[in-house]
Amino acid sequence: MAIGETIRNSQIWKSIFRHPMPLDRRNRIVVMLTNFFLHLHPVSIKKQGIALSFTWCMGGVTFFLFLVETVTGVLLMFYYRPTLEWAYNDILALRDVTSLGILRELHRWGAHAMVITTWLHMYRVFLTGSYKPPREFNWVIGVILLLLTLLLSFTGYLLPWDQLAIWAITVGSNMARATPLLGYEGPGQQLLTIGGIDMITDGSDARFGLLGARFVGEETLNRFYVLHCIAIPLAVALLLAIHFWRVRKDGGISGPL
Amino acid sequence: MHSNELFLKDVSGFLGGYYAAIAVMNGIAALILWQRKNQPGWAIVWTAFASVMMVLGSLALSGVEGTVPALPQALRDLVNTLSGPVNYTVGTTVLLVAFFVYRTFFVQPMVAWTLFNVALLLMGLSMADQNFALIVMKADNVPIVGLVFLLAFFTWVATKQAVVNDERIARGEPPMEKVNDEKVLVWPDLVYTELICMIAVAAFLLAWAILLPAPLEEPASSVKTPNPSKAPWYFLGLQEMLVYFDPWYAGVVLPSLVIFGLMALPYLDFNKKGNGYYSIAERKFAYLTWQFGFLELWITLIILGTFLRGPNWNFFGPFEYWTPYKVEVLNNVSLTQVFWTRFLDQPIPVAAAGSSVLTQISTVLLREGPGLLLVGGYLVLLPPLMAVTIFRRYYAKMGFIRYMVMANLMLLMLSLPLKMVLRWTMNLSYIVSIPELSLNF
Repeated sequence: MAIGETIRNSQIWKSIFRHPMPLDRRNRIVVMLTNFFLHLHPVSIKKQGIALSFTWCMGGVTFFLFLVETVTGVLLMFYYRPTLEWAYNDILALRDVTSLGILRELHRWGAHAMVITTWLHMYRVFLTGSYKPPREFNWVIGVILLLLTLLLSFTGYLLPWDQLAIWAITVGSNMARATPLLGYEGPGQQLLTIGGIDMITDGSDARFGLLGARFVGEETLNRFYVLHCIAIPLAVALLLAIHFWRVRKDGGISGPL
Repeated sequence: MHSNELFLKDVSGFLGGYYAAIAVMNGIAALILWQRKNQPGWAIVWTAFASVMMVLGSLALSGVEGTVPALPQALRDLVNTLSGPVNYTVGTTVLLVAFFVYRTFFVQPMVAWTLFNVALLLMGLSMADQNFALIVMKADNVPIVGLVFLLAFFTWVATKQAVVNDERIARGEPPMEKVNDEKVLVWPDLVYTELICMIAVAAFLLAWAILLPAPLEEPASSVKTPNPSKAPWYFLGLQEMLVYFDPWYAGVVLPSLVIFGLMALPYLDFNKKGNGYYSIAERKFAYLTWQFGFLELWITLIILGTFLRGPNWNFFGPFEYWTPYKVEVLNNVSLTQVFWTRFLDQPIPVAAAGSSVLTQISTVLLREGPGLLLVGGYLVLLPPLMAVTIFRRYYAKMGFIRYMVMANLMLLMLSLPLKMVLRWTMNLSYIVSIPELSLNF
C-alpha cells in the first residue's frame, strides 16, 4: 500500500515509533527494546511460561482491570460529588438520566472481577510454587497489593451512599471498634488511662480514625472518597511498578530449574 | 395471580436461554469429540444431553408452574432440613477431601465435564425456586456464583497438570513445563495473547454491564438498619467467624494473621522442590495447608455467609424463605461455667466488692484458670511437643524461630475449626472470658 508506506516513512510517524514494523526477526527484537509500553517484557521467553494453562493470564487480566477501573473511575469523578446532598442523587442520575451511565456498571463489575482475578492469580502463583526463591519478596508485594485491592473495593463500596453502602461499611468498620488496646470496645483498652481519664473513647479509637466520625457520615464519605480515588490508587500504582520490575529481575515467569 | 406464577413468568426467559446455552455448549463439545474420533461414545452422550437441555429450555420458556423444570418440593424441603452450619462445613470438607484423594479420577476430562454439567443442571433446576433465585440473583451476589465456577475450573486445570507431573516425576522424568522450555519471541507470541485476553475481558465486562444493572437501594439512612446487615461479600468469611469468636479476634487479629501468614509463607516453606511447575506429591504439606486455608476456611465461609445467612445471621437452607421471625435457641455456656458450676458444683469465684486490685486479679486468674491453662497449653506446650514428634524433620530443617512462627500460625489457623467443633458439640461460647478487660476468647 503506497499510502501506508508514505505514512510510515513520514517524519511524524518516525518520530513517534522508534522502530520499523516488526515483521522480521530483527525488528521483532528491536520493537521490544525501543517501545516504552513493550519494554516491560523481555525479548524472548520460554514457551511454557506464556502457556495459558500455566499462567491462566490472571496477573495480566488483573492489571488490565486496574486500568479499566482507573479510566472508568476518572470519568465517573466528573459526574459524582461526594457529599450527603449529591452522592446518592448523582448515582441515581447515572442510572436513569446520564447517557454513559453504563460507566458505573463497568466500574462496579470490574471491581468485583478484579478482586476475583487477584485471588485467582495468587492461587496460581501458589500452586506452581512460584513464591519460592528467588521470588519471595515479590510474593510479599503481591500480598500487599491484594490487601490494597480489597481496601479499594471497600472504600468504593460506600460511595453510592445507599442503604447497601452505608450498612456494609458500618458492619465492616465496626470490627475496628474491637481492636485490642486501640478500639473502645477492644480488650485491654481499659488499661490506657491517664489520671483516671480514658484515652480510648468512641471519639479517639481506631474506628474513629477510619471513619473520621463516631458513625458512618459525611466525614466518612469524604475520607473514603479521597482514599478511593487518590491515596490507594497511587500506592497500588507504585507497588505494581515494583511488582512488574521484580518479575523481570527475579528471572521472568517462573519455570522448572 | 399467585406470586410464584409471577416469579416463574419473570425467570422463564432467563432459564430458557440458560438451558439453550448449556445445549449449545454440549453440542460444541460433542462435535469436537466426534472430530477427534477417539471417543465417539461420549460424543453421542453429550449430543443426547444437549437435546434434553433443549427440551428443558422450551419447557422453561412456558413459565407455567408444573411445566418449568424444577426440583420436587419434597427434595427441596429435605435439603432445607438437612442444611445447617455443621452439615455444610462437614459436607464441604468431606467433598474437598474426596476430590483430593481421588484426584486422578476426577481430573479426567469426561468426569470433570460430567460434574460441570450436573452442577449447571442443578443450578438451573434450583433457579426455578423463588427463594433460591432471590438470593443468587441479587446483583452483588452474582460475582460469587462466578467465583465458585471459576475456582472449580482452575482447581481442575491445576490439579490435572499436577497429576501428570507427579506421575512423570515418579517415573524419573522432568515435569511437563520442562519439556516445553524452548524460547520464543515475545512479539508476536506473548503480545498477541495479551491483546486477545484484553479484548475478551473487555467484551465480557461490557456484556456483564449491559445485562446486569449495578445495585442501588434506597438512600442511606442511619436509623433504618437492614436485616441482615452484611459486609461486602469478600469480607463475609470474617463476618461468619463472628459466630464463633468476638470481633477483636475474628475481625482484627485473625485477618491480620492471615495477611502476616501469607507474607511469611515463602520464608517458612523450605521445600526447594515444586518451584515453577504444578505438583502436589512433591509438596503435600504446603499444598494441603494452603487448600484448607483458602478453599475451606476462606471461600466456603464466604459462600456460607453470602447465600445461607439470613436475617439475624440465622442459617437458612438454600430453598428456605428468609423470614426475620426465625428463632434459634442459643444456650451457649463458657468454659468457666462448665468447669465451676457443672464439673465442681461450686459457685463461680467472685472478688468481694471493694477488694484490692491484687485480690481482683488473682480471683480472675483463679476463675479463668482452666481456660487459661488450656489456651496456654495449646500455644506454649504444643509447638515444642510437635517439634519432637510429628514435625521433627521440619524443626531440624527450619531452626527455632522459623519453626515457632510456622507452628503458631498453624495453631491459630486451626483455632477456628476447633472453636466451631466445640460450639457444635458442647455449645461452648468462650474458653476464656474476662469481661473486666473485654477479653473473651
